[in-house]
Amino acid sequence: MKLFLKKHWWKTLSAILLIYVVVAGLLMDAPRLPILNETIRALYFHVPMWFGMIILLAISMVNAIMYLSSNNTNRDIYSMEFANTGVYLGILGIITGMIWAAFTWGSPWSSDPKQNGAAIGILIYLAYKVLRNSIPDEQRRARVSAVYNIFAFAALVPLLFILPRMTDSLHPGSGGNPGFNAYDLDNRMRMVFYPAVVGWTLFGIWLTSLRIRYRIVKSKFEES
Amino acid sequence: MLREISTLIKKEALIECRQKYAINGIILYLASAVFIAYLSFSSTRGVVSVEAWNALFWIIILFTAVNAVAKSFLLEKGDRILYYYSIASPEAIILSKIIYNTMLMIALGALGILFYSVVFGNEVVNHSLFLLNLALGSMGFAIIFTMISGIASKASNSGALMTILGFPVIAPVLLVLIRLSSESIAGAMSSPGKDLAVLAALNALAGTAAYLLFPYLWRS
Repeated sequence: MKLFLKKHWWKTLSAILLIYVVVAGLLMDAPRLPILNETIRALYFHVPMWFGMIILLAISMVNAIMYLSSNNTNRDIYSMEFANTGVYLGILGIITGMIWAAFTWGSPWSSDPKQNGAAIGILIYLAYKVLRNSIPDEQRRARVSAVYNIFAFAALVPLLFILPRMTDSLHPGSGGNPGFNAYDLDNRMRMVFYPAVVGWTLFGIWLTSLRIRYRIVKSKFEES
Repeated sequence: MLREISTLIKKEALIECRQKYAINGIILYLASAVFIAYLSFSSTRGVVSVEAWNALFWIIILFTAVNAVAKSFLLEKGDRILYYYSIASPEAIILSKIIYNTMLMIALGALGILFYSVVFGNEVVNHSLFLLNLALGSMGFAIIFTMISGIASKASNSGALMTILGFPVIAPVLLVLIRLSSESIAGAMSSPGKDLAVLAALNALAGTAAYLLFPYLWRS
């Protein structure tokens, strides 16, 4: 992990991919679909935010498990910062989704199960931050918040992946049929969509790695 | 292990009997919550739609559960925790608390529907489904809030934390509960089996997570 974070190639890759996504996403041909029209381009920004959020929160949860089994303080810092960036991407995902929904579904918030689930997910991680701030002792804070992190992730997964499938949703792929195909995700769009997912996720990891390094340096200063 | 658990459950019940003010307080809390809700509705029209009947009942049970289960760790103070630490395994402690709180919540849920249907009238058509749902829901509330209470007790201002930490985590269980109970009210048996399975799976997931994680919490 440490070695990976210090390498540069993936940061360059992320930057190149994101430049490509912004340029190609806005200029390339997209399928003409009724109602969606040109807003279909929001797919390159909205959906990758969620992918990135889930991936970063999962990394945060894994680091929480590793903290509990190793008691290494750095794991706690990793876990916290990945959760922070995950929430950040989640909020961006909600905002981009609301803008998209305002144009296609008629209103920014239409009580869609996935929207509600996402909002609750963000509440969970904001509560995680409040919990951290209310425990002064460092060891205990790390341990208790790691426990909450894992417990909350176990609640988040059914909320985001199982419950929306059981009810009717405005999102494609809900109400029985999983998958993306409802969008006619044709090959032109795939060419931008997959790089977008990779690019935004790497960007989130990059952002996190900067904050992690800042935290570690800061805690070393405080010790000395 | 089993003997340890049953002794701990007996201990919980004994403490409850000795400190009657706690359980009486919760029952009074439930009754006054139902009544204040009734007054708020009756001050305007007095008629509650079926959807509102359903959601309101679960909200009241939710708040009662937070208050009833919160005390399971918040009331245990330093020396006593040290004592438990030396005589019992953490697994036995969390399981005994979960089992005791499940029984407590089933009792409170039964009392709750009793009060509630006296004041608001009873809209339930499919009684067995509703009661099964109530039992599974009580179990879910007990598991999740026991664990959250354990987490919150480690922090300062734990009373407020209990709700902040607990509400988002309970959300999936609550959503399934409300949908199932609306099916038992409308009598439209679309597919309660699937929802019941999901609810049981959610309980099992939360229970497993609590069982595995509690030892780490206990040690701190």
